[in-house]
Amino acid sequence: MSPLAVGRVRDGAYGAVHPPYLHADYRSTRLRSPDRPLILLPEELHDPTGPVYGDGRLAESDADLTRQHDGEPVGERIIVSGTVRDRDGRPVPGSLIEIWQANAAGRYLHERDRHPAPLDPNFTGAGRVLTDADGRYRFVSIKPGAYPWRNHQNAWRPAHIHLSIFGRAFTERLVTQMYFPGDPLFPADPIFNSVRDPAARDRLISRLDWETTTAEWALGFRFDIVLGGSNSTPLEA
Amino acid sequence: MAAGATPSQTVGPFFALGLCVRPRDELVDPGRADAIRLGGRVLDGAGDPVPDAMVEIWQADEDGGHRNGFGWGRCGTDADGRYEFVTVRPGGDGAPYATLLVFARGLLKPLMTRVYFPGEPANEADPLLSALTGAERAGLTADSAGGCYGFDIHLQGEQQTTFLAL
Repeated sequence: MSPLAVGRVRDGAYGAVHPPYLHADYRSTRLRSPDRPLILLPEELHDPTGPVYGDGRLAESDADLTRQHDGEPVGERIIVSGTVRDRDGRPVPGSLIEIWQANAAGRYLHERDRHPAPLDPNFTGAGRVLTDADGRYRFVSIKPGAYPWRNHQNAWRPAHIHLSIFGRAFTERLVTQMYFPGDPLFPADPIFNSVRDPAARDRLISRLDWETTTAEWALGFRFDIVLGGSNSTPLEA
Repeated sequence: MAAGATPSQTVGPFFALGLCVRPRDELVDPGRADAIRLGGRVLDGAGDPVPDAMVEIWQADEDGGHRNGFGWGRCGTDADGRYEFVTVRPGGDGAPYATLLVFARGLLKPLMTRVYFPGEPANEADPLLSALTGAERAGLTADSAGGCYGFDIHLQGEQQTTFLAL
């Protein structure tokens, strides 16, 4: 067998969907981004598999972050829904989505969160949901608040919900953040702006959805997810 | 037509709230005769430990297959940047390896690498290993001591781990 040729790439020299590892405006990337070339794994060596979740061990309250305690959390109730698809537009069923977020005051239930905003005894801020046979998911929560961080003077994160999605292959694995439309903090947020392509950046913003908005109860936001945005995929025209 | 993919964003500093509530670092019962420990430290470009990283593993089972419900694990790093999995050496044809994904505050997308096992004769013929330089190869191979395999993950610098482009 003749030896295989592998390519080496510098991050940032290809693709524009995902942010680069080094985005100096986001200070924590400076010592945590690789500075040596990355190995481009030839297609034939890709592992096509990934962990599968279909065991139905999820509780109903896992997908309703407003019903995990005795009382209801403070904040604007929201319904977040969407479809998970692959790059070819095919729905991804049975995929686990894990969710975590700050409460309405912008505070996480986490020991390292030092923001002097109140915790909500009725809100943990963590949930899980599986996509259905058509790749759809839905969860209920409250709208998270903006919060300060120490990246730069007067740095504030726009309101966001963290989502972790398994997909079908380990290389499809995606962790992202869902934002809310029209947030005035977008232009000043280095994490949001680490995605250089404006069209790709817009895909991080959910949209107000009248179809899922429930009268007298909760606003609906739609956030569709497309997996497999490999950096090594050529730029879209 | 291909849809535009959703970009990656960092897991941030508070991911444990959503991702590390249920321990998933034991892929097999630690009491099993063939159980091994695979772990190490995650270190930044200054050589300091990264205490808020998360490592995920994906590997074949002892027969080289992907039987349902086996092969995936997750471990958050501790104050020393340490992670550890209890697992088995993957079996099957070819050189056994586990795939790792590293997530952390300051990582806008995960880093992917592979861990190969030292002293494994099949490593010689592995198509990836044999296409790499000696240093790159070393950066993908665990150290071994007893039933423990050590694999430090250097995010940056001279000793940077060999990462695979995602």
